[in-house]
Amino acid sequence: MSTLLYDGAAVLTRQLQKARHAPALLILTQTMPITMLLFFGYVFGSALAMPGAEYREFLVPGLLAATAANGLMAGMFTAAQDAHRGVTDRFRTLPMSRTAVPLGQTAADLLTTGVSMVPLMLVGLAMGWRIETGLPGALGALGVLLLFRFATAWVGTYLGLLSRSEEAAGQLGGATFVLPMLSSAYLPTAGLPGWLRTVAEWNPISAVATAVRELCGNAGARTAPDAAWPVAHPVAGALLWSVVLLVVFVPPTTRRFGRGGA
Amino acid sequence: MTTTYAVLSEGLEKSYGRTHALRGLDLAVPEGSVCGLLGPNGAGKTTAVRILTTLTAPTGGRALVAGHDVTRDPAAVRRAIGVTGQYASVDGDLTGRENLRLFARLAGLRGSRARSTADGLIERFGLGEAADRVASTWSGGMRRRLDLAAGLVTRPRVLFLDEPTTGLDPAAREHIWTAVRALSEEGTTVLLTTQYLEEADRLADDIAVVSEGRVLAGGAPARLKALIGSRAEVAVTAREELAGAAAVLDRLTGARPVLDEERLTVGVTVLDGGITLPRIIRELDTAGVPVTDARLRPPTLDEVFLRVTRARTARPEQEPAA
Repeated sequence: MSTLLYDGAAVLTRQLQKARHAPALLILTQTMPITMLLFFGYVFGSALAMPGAEYREFLVPGLLAATAANGLMAGMFTAAQDAHRGVTDRFRTLPMSRTAVPLGQTAADLLTTGVSMVPLMLVGLAMGWRIETGLPGALGALGVLLLFRFATAWVGTYLGLLSRSEEAAGQLGGATFVLPMLSSAYLPTAGLPGWLRTVAEWNPISAVATAVRELCGNAGARTAPDAAWPVAHPVAGALLWSVVLLVVFVPPTTRRFGRGGA
Repeated sequence: MTTTYAVLSEGLEKSYGRTHALRGLDLAVPEGSVCGLLGPNGAGKTTAVRILTTLTAPTGGRALVAGHDVTRDPAAVRRAIGVTGQYASVDGDLTGRENLRLFARLAGLRGSRARSTADGLIERFGLGEAADRVASTWSGGMRRRLDLAAGLVTRPRVLFLDEPTTGLDPAAREHIWTAVRALSEEGTTVLLTTQYLEEADRLADDIAVVSEGRVLAGGAPARLKALIGSRAEVAVTAREELAGAAAVLDRLTGARPVLDEERLTVGVTVLDGGITLPRIIRELDTAGVPVTDARLRPPTLDEVFLRVTRARTARPEQEPAA
């Protein structure tokens, strides 16, 4: 156990050092959701039935949820890059804990995500988004977001270990851009055609976005009476989704690290 | 005196579906020696090293590294080995120093000992100037030295080098060779794979010629060369004299001489140690063949390799690399 924590801390330090040497990537991952917030907030916001100010209040939690979901891409890219460059195999030849690598990487990802959500929240506040529920609500929302990010980063790590190529990870990464589109992150699901609405409401990102809206007291927290369970009970739904993803993906990820390449 | 083997493998096999990367690889590397696995691409060298370094599980046979079974006790093997290869690399996004500190920590060194180990390796490999720059900006030769240094954080008893100098210029290669020799003198057992015959010849105490997942021939470089015999080559003044020279050499060696009409030379393999250069010249002189140049040289490892692989189909060598 102490080896796991010690080795995990070493891997976490490595990830933070990488971020320090390549700050451009970190800045880029922050500008993307901010650009989308401005673009969606004012362009779409002006054309929707929902008043623009209300839509922007609806949109900020959605973008926070989408940012959390991006752990998928981040985890995938890190794992695939390390496997491709031979760093993973170097780890595997060392007398170290096998779980430490994904644990340290996902923990580091959590830290950088926490930091990178701050500018997005600041722009959101400037655009009229408010946390109506005070500190407990804010902390609750942050907790839901970071737990979901942690879960998606493990899913991404597993997929990255499977693909082993940076290119494939990049391609799949593009697909993750679409996932928030098929959720209530950017638009309410009530107006979607039946089957698409079901897909969107069972999308974990919807539960997370709605949970943040509820915890912050924002527009869109109240869903239609016939909404699917995870969005009707968004906080429980978001937590449950995260736990399910962790339970399903952590064991095969650590096993795969331990087993070594074929 | 019994020899302790740092690496011992018996009948090692690895198959991927119908592809057989290893077909019963036998190796015995005495402690403190340098063993060169020599073979072309696809011979199974890398698969062998991956199994011996616990990265891949064999599908048959067994292997002991530093006395530990690679499949039953991989953790003990990992504590005894260092690995450098195209697949076990460093992180280009970190500085050299950060890389070595990271790997030292993961090798179990705590705090200041990880730092001093990293600093010591940087000094030893002459990487001080670049140590605090991100490794992806380093030259290929320096990067390879960093790879080698990273393989040493565990203070390994057995060091595996998979094609340590592939793609390096001669100066950088010489640098790596010097480092490997120094490690060997300190008592580290080294198993290296290479496609370069010169590299195996320069570094290895024993060479195992590997092809299609088996060791075809093994032994000290000198012994391997003796197996193949020396090469005699004489030059004559005119094309008409080639046949006369060839007849003399044929009678002398019993081997079939090869005529080169462009260079006006005749070459032949000499297996009998009693056939010396003066004797060859004397015989040619007696036969009235005017010789302008003559030499007798040991075979290059290229010739060894070609000979052994060609002979394999007819008569596979059974000897392991001892």
